[in-house]
Amino acid sequence: MNARDKILASIAAGKTALRPLPDLPVTPESDKDLLAAEFIRVLGSIGATAITANGLTLIREDLQRTRQGSAYIVNTIPDIGTVNAEVHAGTGADLLEKVEKAYIRGTIGVAENGAVWLTEAGMVNRLLPFICQHLVIVVDREDLVADMHEAYRSLPATGDGYGVFIAGPSRTADIEQSLVTGAHGARSVLVYLVTPEKHF
Amino acid sequence: MTDHASLAESFNKDEPRVDWHDATLWHVREKRDKAAAAVPEWERLRELASQIKEYTLSDLDRLLIQFERNAQANGIVVHWAANAQEHNEIVLRLIRGNSITRIVKSKSMLTEECGLNEFLAENGIGVTDTDLGEYIVQLRQEPPSHIVLPAIHLKREDVSDTFHAHLNTEKGNNDPSYLTATARTVLRDRFIRSELAITGINFAVAETGAFVVCTNEGNADMGAHSARLHIACMGIEKVIPRTEDLGVFLRLLARSATGQPITTYSSHFQKPRAGQQMHLVIVDNGRTRQLAQPDFRSALKCIRCAACFNTCPVYRRSGGHSYHSTIAGPIGAILNPNIDMRKNADLPFASTLCGSCSNVCPVKIDIHTQLWKWRQVLAAEGALPSGKRRAMKGMAFIFSSPRLYRMTGKIGRAIMRVLPFLVANRTWNPWYRQRELPQPPSQSFNSWWRSHRK
Amino acid sequence: MKIGLFIPCYIDQLYPQVAIATLELLERLDCKVGYPPEQTCCGQPMANSGFASLGQGCNRNFVRNFSGFDYIVAPSGSCVLHIREHLDDDNKEEAAYIRDHIFEISEFLVDILKIDKLDAVFAHKVGLHISCHGQRGLHTSSMSELMEAPFSKPERLLGMVKDLELVRPSRADECCGFGGTFCVFEEAVSVKMGKDRIKEHESNGVEYITSPDTSCLMHLEGILRRKKSNIRVKHLTEILNARQ
Repeated sequence: MNARDKILASIAAGKTALRPLPDLPVTPESDKDLLAAEFIRVLGSIGATAITANGLTLIREDLQRTRQGSAYIVNTIPDIGTVNAEVHAGTGADLLEKVEKAYIRGTIGVAENGAVWLTEAGMVNRLLPFICQHLVIVVDREDLVADMHEAYRSLPATGDGYGVFIAGPSRTADIEQSLVTGAHGARSVLVYLVTPEKHF
Repeated sequence: MTDHASLAESFNKDEPRVDWHDATLWHVREKRDKAAAAVPEWERLRELASQIKEYTLSDLDRLLIQFERNAQANGIVVHWAANAQEHNEIVLRLIRGNSITRIVKSKSMLTEECGLNEFLAENGIGVTDTDLGEYIVQLRQEPPSHIVLPAIHLKREDVSDTFHAHLNTEKGNNDPSYLTATARTVLRDRFIRSELAITGINFAVAETGAFVVCTNEGNADMGAHSARLHIACMGIEKVIPRTEDLGVFLRLLARSATGQPITTYSSHFQKPRAGQQMHLVIVDNGRTRQLAQPDFRSALKCIRCAACFNTCPVYRRSGGHSYHSTIAGPIGAILNPNIDMRKNADLPFASTLCGSCSNVCPVKIDIHTQLWKWRQVLAAEGALPSGKRRAMKGMAFIFSSPRLYRMTGKIGRAIMRVLPFLVANRTWNPWYRQRELPQPPSQSFNSWWRSHRK
Repeated sequence: MKIGLFIPCYIDQLYPQVAIATLELLERLDCKVGYPPEQTCCGQPMANSGFASLGQGCNRNFVRNFSGFDYIVAPSGSCVLHIREHLDDDNKEEAAYIRDHIFEISEFLVDILKIDKLDAVFAHKVGLHISCHGQRGLHTSSMSELMEAPFSKPERLLGMVKDLELVRPSRADECCGFGGTFCVFEEAVSVKMGKDRIKEHESNGVEYITSPDTSCLMHLEGILRRKKSNIRVKHLTEILNARQ
C-alpha cells in the first residue's frame, strides 16, 4: 500500500463517529464611521499609519511628489498615476529588491485587526508587497468590514491564485521580546482610507 | 540523566535568569489576556474553533481527499508521507530532481519534528532558516526552545555574540533593531537568490485546495515568491473544511500566541505563480495512531499557538530545552509520548496539573486531563521507574488498611519528632533540600477525635 | 442534614488544627457532623503518579466510610476533586452519590449552606493563595485565563471576617508548585514556583497566607520556615473559625 492509502485507511479505522460542523456567526451590520475609527485606531496600535482621504487627489499628489526623488517607486493603481509597465507577474526578485515604495490597492479592510486584503491582480506581482521597503495601500472606506467572519464572507468564492491579509509592517520580537519593525517584509505600511469624493 | 526534572534543575542553577525567562513569557501571557478580553465573544469563538476541529477529526479522510483533489486542480503537486523518513526523502528527491542548491525555509514545526535540516545536511545540502528566531538558534546549532518564539531562551547579549561571531556585527552592540537589520540584509540576499522555499502550513482549506501560512516577518512570502520551487509541508490535522472557518481560527491564533489581533501576514496560496512549481507534502508521522486513541485524539486539534507554553508555570521556570523534544510545553508533553513513549515518559509528569493550559487553549484541548491520562498509560505500559511503582504499591497497601495507616502515621510522626535527622536529610529527601518539614503534632486528628468526641 | 467530615491523610497526621477548625466551623453553623474514624486517603497520590489502578483499596474504604451521609465535606480542594472525578467502586450507586455530594469547604459554605455572615474576627493582613484544583477543577472562583465574570467563593467568605485585610497577589491564580509528588520529583521547579508565590505575598506585606487547600500551604510553609520568614500560613477554615 502506498503512503496515501495507508494514511487514509488508518484515519478511517481510527476516527470517531461524525461530529457536527457548526454554523458560523453572522456579524451584525456596523456603522461605517465606527468601523473607520476602529480600523484607524488598530492600525496605529500595530505600527502602521492611516490617513483618511476624500477622493484620490491626495494620493495622486503623494505619488507624484514621491516620484520626484531618485528612489525606485512602483505604482500598480491606474487611478492614482501611471503604472510601472516593467513590473508584471513574472518580474523577478533582482529588480523588485530595488523598490523603495509600492502603491497597491486593497479590496477589504478589517476593522478589528487592521488587516487589508490584497488580491493577486491588485498587487500585480506576488513578491511586490513584501520586498518593497515601504508599502502604501489604498482601500475604500466602503470596503471596511467589522471582523474576519465578514471579511471571508466578502471574499469572492473563486479567488486568484494568491491573496494576503496584511496588517501593518513586517515585525519581529524574536530578540528578547523586543518589538522591531522591518524584519523581512516592508518596513512601513501607510493605509489610505478613501471616502468617495464629494462634489459641491 | 537527561529527563525533564534534571534538565530543569540545571536550568534553575541561574535563578536570575529563570526570573527573567518567567517574566518574559508571563508578559506574553498578559498580552494574550488583554487581546482575548477585547473580544466579547472570545469564549464562544473557542467553542466554535473546538467544534470545527472536532468535526474535522471525525471526517479527516474525506476532507484530505477533497483538499487533495482541489489542490491538484489548482496545479499543486500533492505528496503523502507516512513518516518522517518518507517526508524527508520526498523533499530530497525534489531538491535533487531540480538541481537545487539554494534553499530557504520559513518556520515549520513539522520539518523540525521530521529532522529535515539534519537529514539534508547528511546529504550535503544546506538550508537557511529565515524566521529570525530560528535563524539565531540555527547559527548557534541549538534547537528552538519555543514553537512561536524559537529563541526566547536567549538574551540580547547572547544574540549579539552569535551575530558577532557569524555575521561580524559590532561586538557588544546589543540593540535588537541593529541586530534585526543585520539579519534582514543577510537574509534578503538569500531570499533573492533562493531556488527553493520550504514553508509550513497553518491551515489547509478542503473546499478550495488553498493553504494559509501566517508569519509576522514576511519570510514565508519572501521565499515562496522568489524561488522557482515551493514545498509546503503539513501534518494531516492541518486541514479545515471551509474558507469561512479561517475567520474563526485567524481571530484566535495570533491573539492566543502573542496578543496581536492578527499576524502581520496571512497568506493564502491557491495556485503556483506562472513558471513556479508548488508541492505539498501531507505527513502522518504518528498522527493516525494518536487519532485512534479516544483519550488523546483531541490533541490533534492543536493550532500551534503556544499559549499553553506561556501560561505554564513549569515551562516558564524550566525552559523549552528541558522537554528534549521539538514541541515543548504542555502540548508537547501530551504529543511526544505518542511519538516515543519510553523516551518521553517523563514529560506528562512535568506538570502540577494546575489546568491553566486547558483554559488558554483556543481550541479547548483538555491538556491537563490528557497529562493525567498519559500518566496512567505510562504506568500500565511499565514505562515508569520501578522504584516509583514499588513506592506506590506500598502506599496503596497502607491506605487500604485503616489500622496500618494509623500505625504508620504514628510511627512517622514519632520519627520526625524524635529522630528528625532520618527525614531531615538533603541528599535523599528532596523535600528537605529547600523546605523545612512540617512540624509533626503529637496527636493526629483521628486520635483527637477519639479522645474528645467519641 | 448529616455531614461526613473527610479529613485527608496528611491533614489528619500533620495539620489536625485544620481539621478541628473545619469541624468547629461547621458545628457553629448548626451542622450535624460525623467523622468516620476508619477513613484514610482518597487515593490521589497514587492516581496522579499514574497508578489509579492501585486505588481500589482506597476507593472501597472511602465508600465504606462515607456511605449514608447527605454531604461529605473536606478542607482540601485537591482531594475533593480527585473523589469527584475518579471515585469508582463495585458499589456503583453509592460511589456515584458520593461523587455528586462531596464538597470542598468554601463551596459547601457558599453553595449549599448559602451563608452570608460569620461571627469571625481576624485582625490581620492576609494574602489569599487560590489552589488550582479548587479553582480550576471545582470552579470555586473565576479563572484569569477565561473571559468570565469575576467571582470567588473563598474571597466571599473572607469578606465576612471582621477586621481582616485581604491582599491579592498580581498573579492571582498562579500555581504554587506543590503538585503532589511533583514537589519531590521536580523539586527544583516546585520550590522555585513556591518561592515566586511567596515573593509576591512578601512584597504585599502580608502577615498570613491562607488557602482553601492545606497541601499548597504545607509546601509554602516549608519554604517560609526555611528562609525564617515571619509570614505564617493558615488554612481558610482556621481564619473563618477565628474569634480574634
